[in-house]
Amino acid sequence: MAVLEVSGLTKSFGGVQAVKGVGFSVEAGELLALVGPNGAGKTTCFNMLNGQIRPDAGDVRLAGVSIAGKSPRRIWRMGVGRTFQITATFGSMTVLENIQMVLLSHHRNIHDLWTRATRRHADAALALLDRVGMASQASRPCGVLAYGDLKRVELAMALAGEPRLLLMDEPTAGMAPAERIDLMALTADLVRERGIAVLFTEHDMDVVFTHADRIIVLNRGELIAEGPPAAVRANPHVQEVYLGSGSMYGHAGGKTP
Amino acid sequence: MGFYLVQFLGGLAQASSLFLVAAGLSIIFGVTRIVNFAHGSFYMLGAYLAYTLAERMGGAVGFWSAIALAAVATGVVGVVMELLVLRRLYRGPELFQLLATFGVVLIVQDVALLIWGPEDLLGPRAPGLEGVVRILGRPFPKYELLLIALGPIVLGLLWLLFHRTRWGTLVRAATQDREMTAALGINQTWLFTSVLFVGSLLAGLGGALQIPREAVNLHMDINIVVEAFVVVVVGGMGSVGGAFLAAVLIGLIQAFGILVFPQITLVVVFLFMAVVLVVRPHGLMGRQQATARGAGHVPEAPIHASGMMGRVAAVGLLVVLAALPALFGDYALAVLTEMMILALFAASLHFIMGPGGMVSFGHAAYFGLGAYGAGLLVKHLSGGMVAGLVSAPLFAGLGALLFGWFCVRLSGVYLAMLTLAFAQIVWSIAFQWYAVTGGDNGILGVWPDGWASPRWAFYYLSLVLCAGGVLMLRRVIFSPFGYALRAGRDSPLRADAVGIDVRHLQWLAFTVAGAFAGLAGGLYAYSKGSVFPTLMAIPRSVDGLVMVLLGGVQTLTGPLVGAAVFHALNTEMVRYTDHWRLTLGVAIVLLVVIFPQGIVGTLARLPFFRRKEA
Repeated sequence: MAVLEVSGLTKSFGGVQAVKGVGFSVEAGELLALVGPNGAGKTTCFNMLNGQIRPDAGDVRLAGVSIAGKSPRRIWRMGVGRTFQITATFGSMTVLENIQMVLLSHHRNIHDLWTRATRRHADAALALLDRVGMASQASRPCGVLAYGDLKRVELAMALAGEPRLLLMDEPTAGMAPAERIDLMALTADLVRERGIAVLFTEHDMDVVFTHADRIIVLNRGELIAEGPPAAVRANPHVQEVYLGSGSMYGHAGGKTP
Repeated sequence: MGFYLVQFLGGLAQASSLFLVAAGLSIIFGVTRIVNFAHGSFYMLGAYLAYTLAERMGGAVGFWSAIALAAVATGVVGVVMELLVLRRLYRGPELFQLLATFGVVLIVQDVALLIWGPEDLLGPRAPGLEGVVRILGRPFPKYELLLIALGPIVLGLLWLLFHRTRWGTLVRAATQDREMTAALGINQTWLFTSVLFVGSLLAGLGGALQIPREAVNLHMDINIVVEAFVVVVVGGMGSVGGAFLAAVLIGLIQAFGILVFPQITLVVVFLFMAVVLVVRPHGLMGRQQATARGAGHVPEAPIHASGMMGRVAAVGLLVVLAALPALFGDYALAVLTEMMILALFAASLHFIMGPGGMVSFGHAAYFGLGAYGAGLLVKHLSGGMVAGLVSAPLFAGLGALLFGWFCVRLSGVYLAMLTLAFAQIVWSIAFQWYAVTGGDNGILGVWPDGWASPRWAFYYLSLVLCAGGVLMLRRVIFSPFGYALRAGRDSPLRADAVGIDVRHLQWLAFTVAGAFAGLAGGLYAYSKGSVFPTLMAIPRSVDGLVMVLLGGVQTLTGPLVGAAVFHALNTEMVRYTDHWRLTLGVAIVLLVVIFPQGIVGTLARLPFFRRKEA
């Protein structure tokens, strides 16, 4: 069974149909990229999956259980981790404490008013930081980190909840090109070794074609193409939609996995 | 019919006065994000200045020019405050400027007392508008008609100013997004100064226009500033149109409320505000504030459990405190007892303000509820002290549980004002419900049990309970609960996305803080032997804020230092000078300017105290 199954997902804002009957699925260990020009409905689609927007119609199933319309909190508890387009971490805590915080929540310890928080789950948190290459900065305040490092911390935070599905909104936005490739390579390794399904939106076509196992293309709220990178790139409809922006062809040639 | 019409018109006249003051407050908040407690003082200053000028100049021309001059002079005073004090504080933690404006309130109070004396001053009637007109056979003062017209006229002028001038466009832009406006090269310093001028001018004008209506007195400032805050919050912070609408609604509620509930008009107004805020969390015409993107914002440093040095210092302090009864007499012990009680009160307020990220303007409600929890037990059930000290935190905790449920639905200044509304409601219940609470006669005879009645014994009891309370709060801050609370404050988005129910945690934190404030209140009741409604009045809530902010809201020991410094300043100044308000006000302003992160917050940034990065 697919980890994530989306069917007939629909949302309108006033008279604008932002998303129309979108359906797709993601398997464990698979990286699925959601792309499309600006205003295609990517963000709306994304926010219906993570619980920030309630869909008008359609269903979202996580391992067969419907999560449509549930709160972000509930969805996270059911095994969906997230990273944000602009990183969201706890600025007044150290890097390690950020991860510990997620572990505390994951293990339902947050109503504990007595034990010392920093003594809980420290080893597990450090192991996660080590895995994303941030162990050396564990005791630094999160508020002073470089942006690329924050992205890594966020990835560790998302993984700390032992998710079955990872939703990544523009995971490499605001990063230097070399850092982008590193972060996505790390993400790909992690999700494959843990059998996590990943859905990500991305503007950088280099990243998409290098790392996505499959790509779905949205335009004006509708799914216009779906398939492996090579097939999507060859799709005349997709070419038509992206023509003019040139972003799909400018410098992506030869990087097909 | 005529009666109701006159009542209606009276409400509108009141609304106009309220609007003038509230509009100024709203504009200042919109642009500078400063919660200006001194706004009421400017209103009072406008009234006093207009009184003196009108007396000096005399005649019709003199009267009207006195009002205009008073307004402009008040505007200049606002500019002086901005230049000398506020300008130095824009980079401090949010709400820190509030402390400075509170210092200004104290200074203006004493200066007004020095210049104009304690008596109420009755100003001249407005020339040409002395008499009454008959409306459906009922007399109605002519001057009130002028006021009714003035509200919409000022609203229109402000609209023109905001929509037809370059300055107005800048003000609206800054209200919507301060950082963006700065990024476009607008000189913020100048903009802030001019906004302070216009806002204070409106307050001064509002005050000056009162002289034919009511005697000028020294209590005008606090009364009006609370009402103006209610108007601004109901209308929506930063919205002048909203302020007008809210002023009209509140003016009318007051005019008719006095017919139905003559005793509790103020409560009706606060209830109205509570309902509006629960239904519309950003006021009638307000919008969600753009989140400050932190120009100059210093992220709070991670907290650390005390190391060896800290523990030694804490134990040392406790040893010293325990040894003091051997050295000091009863008076000093009484002052120290009170200081410890206030430290616990401040620590409980800090718990929700710091880690919780919720500012409360009405924390005295829980202090007072605790005191009444003990006092009512004595009065009605003849309960002993131990039972009283158990019932105090329970009583306050239950109150916080009830009010907190509403408060955590809001954030920022709106939340702060809702806490104030609840505090006022509780205060007026205590004040009005003679049969149960004894009203303003209070409850007397709340004395400690025999074993604790010597000063030194009660001192030790307070030391154990207050130090225990402070340490427990500290322990909670370092617990998973405290971390989750801070997580919700740091990034609500991320907290929600990792399964933390921020609102629920805030509600619990509010209740915990209320219970500890209640314990402090209960102890206070036994230390004084009595309970009065003033325990939960606005000044005590403000005291709490001053203590927390003075010490440093971003630190854990700050509130304790703040409580000690504030209480010491307060008691010593009352002892040695008649002008303790002036001295205290100047002291607060100086402390704020010298320690822009609070006393402990600023010291902690000095190289000597800074923790090395591991």
